[in-house]
Amino acid sequence: MTREAYNPLSSKFHDWVVTVDHKKLGVMYIVTGILYLIVAGSEALMMRWQLAIPNNDILSPDTFNAFFTMHGTTMIFLVGMPILLGAANYFIPLMIGARDMAFPRLNAFGFWLFFFGALLLYFSFLGGQGLSGEEGAPNVGWFAYAPLTSTTFSPGSATDYWVISLFVAGLGSIMTAINLVTTILTMRCDGMTLMKMPLFAWMMLVDAALILIVLPPLAVIQIMLLLDRQFGAHFFDAQAGADPLIWQHLFWFFGHPEVYILIIPGFAYISEVIPVFSRKVLFGYPLMVAATVSIGFISLGVWAHHMFAVGLSPAVLAYFSGATFLVGVPTGMKIFNWIATMWGGHIRFATPMLFATGFVSMFVLGGLTGIMLAVVPMDWQLSDTYFVVGHFHWVLFGGLLFAIFSGFFYWFPKVTGRLLNETLGKWQFWFLFVGFLVTFGPMHMAGFEGMPRRIYTFMPGRGLELWNMLSSIGAAIQVVGFILFVINVFWSLRKGKIAGDDPWDAWTLEWSTTSPPPPWNFAETPQIASRRPLWDLKHPDDPDWKYE
Amino acid sequence: MGRIPLLLILFFATNSSIALAGPENLSIFDPVSPAATPIRDLFMLVFGVIGIIFVITEGALIWSIIRYRAKGDETKEPPQVYGSNPIEVAWTVIPIIIVFTLFLVTTRSIYSLDMQEAPEGALKVKATGHQWWWEFEYEDLGITTAGELHVPEGIPVFVELRSADVIHSFWVPRLAGKIDCIPNRENHLWFQADEVGTWYGQCAEFCGSQHAKMLIRVISEKEVDFNSWVANQQLQAAEIPTEANGKETFLSLACINCHNIQGVTTVGGFGPDLTHLMSRDTIASGAANNSTDNLRLWLQNPDSIKEGALMPNMMLSDKEIDALMEYLQTLK
Ligand code: HEC
Ligand code: HEM
Ligand SMILES: [Cu+2]
Ligand SMILES: [Cu+2]
Repeated sequence: MTREAYNPLSSKFHDWVVTVDHKKLGVMYIVTGILYLIVAGSEALMMRWQLAIPNNDILSPDTFNAFFTMHGTTMIFLVGMPILLGAANYFIPLMIGARDMAFPRLNAFGFWLFFFGALLLYFSFLGGQGLSGEEGAPNVGWFAYAPLTSTTFSPGSATDYWVISLFVAGLGSIMTAINLVTTILTMRCDGMTLMKMPLFAWMMLVDAALILIVLPPLAVIQIMLLLDRQFGAHFFDAQAGADPLIWQHLFWFFGHPEVYILIIPGFAYISEVIPVFSRKVLFGYPLMVAATVSIGFISLGVWAHHMFAVGLSPAVLAYFSGATFLVGVPTGMKIFNWIATMWGGHIRFATPMLFATGFVSMFVLGGLTGIMLAVVPMDWQLSDTYFVVGHFHWVLFGGLLFAIFSGFFYWFPKVTGRLLNETLGKWQFWFLFVGFLVTFGPMHMAGFEGMPRRIYTFMPGRGLELWNMLSSIGAAIQVVGFILFVINVFWSLRKGKIAGDDPWDAWTLEWSTTSPPPPWNFAETPQIASRRPLWDLKHPDDPDWKYE
Repeated sequence: MGRIPLLLILFFATNSSIALAGPENLSIFDPVSPAATPIRDLFMLVFGVIGIIFVITEGALIWSIIRYRAKGDETKEPPQVYGSNPIEVAWTVIPIIIVFTLFLVTTRSIYSLDMQEAPEGALKVKATGHQWWWEFEYEDLGITTAGELHVPEGIPVFVELRSADVIHSFWVPRLAGKIDCIPNRENHLWFQADEVGTWYGQCAEFCGSQHAKMLIRVISEKEVDFNSWVANQQLQAAEIPTEANGKETFLSLACINCHNIQGVTTVGGFGPDLTHLMSRDTIASGAANNSTDNLRLWLQNPDSIKEGALMPNMMLSDKEIDALMEYLQTLK
């Protein structure tokens, strides 16, 4: 096989199944993630249809409950996780100048665990009925509070599918995290000290470390719940005297860091895109590294802010409130550093930069509503309402998803050799942006007006009609954006403009090899002297390493 | 300086959202209780603080978007700025100060609003969450009722929160924030309705199929009205003179396994106490008005009012339903 003729996307099905190549695995992760994004998005659309007017009967109560459970579980575990792991898989070796990940076969094993775990979750729509003939898919919510998950209140097998599928998929994530940490720590090319890594690599290092710390506890409580349900153990069985709060503490010890596991990769994509499209070096790299590491640490100590209404003592409330506020500090630093990077640049608003700017502007608000939730008495009003739903969609959709699209448009040419269509991309951005504001903005208002989350219908005459109708209209607007995206991908794969090695005039190592990169990544092992090796090449008169 | 107009806008926005909702609103910005008003005030303060941060940050962002947008005629790269210690220290230290202030404010309000301490002279009530209805017991007064909580105006109420099955959360936004009802645990909250009226709320922790229809009404009355309500509730059903023959039907059916009627049958407890059923405005925890038609529909098929409710469809004949209706309607 000659180097020119090689194109990983045209290799046969069998090659994909047996591959241990980090790039193919990366693509498989991302494609799977996007497919589940469409599935979970459709579930959301059904929910918004049901909630467009009060006392609607599009979905029965139990179907609605199954849909929000599946939507949330899917978005977090089958969309967010695979996309972030896939992107890391693909680009970490390329960015640090390595041939592959440290453990290629473990990498493939991790992917397939995730893949089949995901199928298992969706098989519950068929298999969840179990012997008792009750329930289809899981309907206990994505955080599955005890004792609702006990066999008394959730008979059938649906909850068991939820437990086992996440356990299996979670094992895959743990393996991939081990792989990422090892790769980043041991396989960097010559000259790349830790402080010369692209910020992407730093952030994924912290991210993988967080996965390693909090996914094993999740796996453990899944097993405990399974023992409860299948073998009559009583870890969370309130009727046998167990304290249901144990589940909440253990779950949120995983659950809060998990939201950072999801958003840190978003930070990572933005931190690559913003400098390139502003034509400036990232402002305050060491501070960014410090902020990322401290977010990692702080996020391990704030879990009970999801439990402000369970009756904790004032001292405990005050501690968790203070710790949560503290997260705002490093988060703020990052936002300011991104803006400072744009400040004084020559900003090109190609689609990746549009999404990146959308991310920064929306993430600010998501962080600020988070601060509101950390004020405990305010949380007594807001917890478990649509305000919280607004808050976390602001960070997960306006944040993570926008960052994912930003990265997708940015790196698509590297992966496929062709650029995505810019016109379609911009239309997609504006449909998503407006749709996003119209969907999730009114949710905050509905929360102020006393609408709890997770209700399949709401009472008329209580001031909720307008906000819910707006949210549903917003969802319809978003659909157009998503359709444009799908069209764009298929069109560009065949007809998109040929990208060349370095279409954005960028600075990190992945842009120094061909698009798509050959299986061996680099013909020669790269050597670097600064954080922006390609800048040094392009500006030999004024290289970066002088200033770092 | 930007703060006053901002607060005005917020004030306007919150008030117009209340106006949209009308008298049945559940707005957290329209409190009628000393447990909820300080939270509203806290909101206004925090809105102010984050509003300023929001305006500054988004302002800087929008400024750089407009000002530093590439015009297309640039011949060389812009000056590269790697960082600046004084600036970076500034945006580390200033947020720390803001956050620390917020922490102090929050801590003070946590202690001053302490939900687990009973206010002096409070009426004590026990609220138990069941899948998917609320039971209210006034142990000192010997009253048990469901769905609707009667309280005297202007007197603090201390609610003991319990659960009979899974986790629920008691939330009436205009009276107080929410606190969860957790099996094997005893939680509390207090409020004081400073006006006569009906205050709406609902369960705020997902608890299964009908979480959406686990509604709450708190009815605050002048003390005399409350006292006469109490006096009526304390009567046993047997003391009501006009007793219809539907009683036998009721006693012969499985109803008694779940429902109590004081003075008649007390082996149930799984479902709401029916002793004074007709004194309630709604049935099935607020899912329907307590009208003759609805009550009949409920007996024919509870699912038609509240799909999945834990009262089974008992396949009653029309004759049985007629008799039951006659009897239930005597339970004033
Ligand atoms: C298996 C237990 C069970 C049986 C048997 C049962 N009920 Fe119920 N009933 C309930 C439950 C539980 C509720 C509350 C449902 C809800 O709001 O979700 C209820 C609610 C009601 C209500 C509404 C009370 C209120 O204040 O909201 C009435 C009236 C009622 N039942 C009457 C009857 C009659 C009459 C019978 C016998 C024909 C009967 N029930 C049999 C469990 C039962
Ligand atoms: C400054 C940063 C942030 C702060 C201070 C903050 C604070 C909070 C608080 C206090 C809650 C609990 C609300 C409640 O249930 O009562 C919450 C919920 C949530 N947050 Fe954040 N948050 C921040 C950023 C984020 C980020 C970055 C994400 C994800 C990418 C995120 C995702 C979520 C999710 C998913 C929930 C809801 C969990 C659930 O109950 O289902 N948050 N946040
Ligand atoms: Cu959290
Ligand atoms: Cu509930």
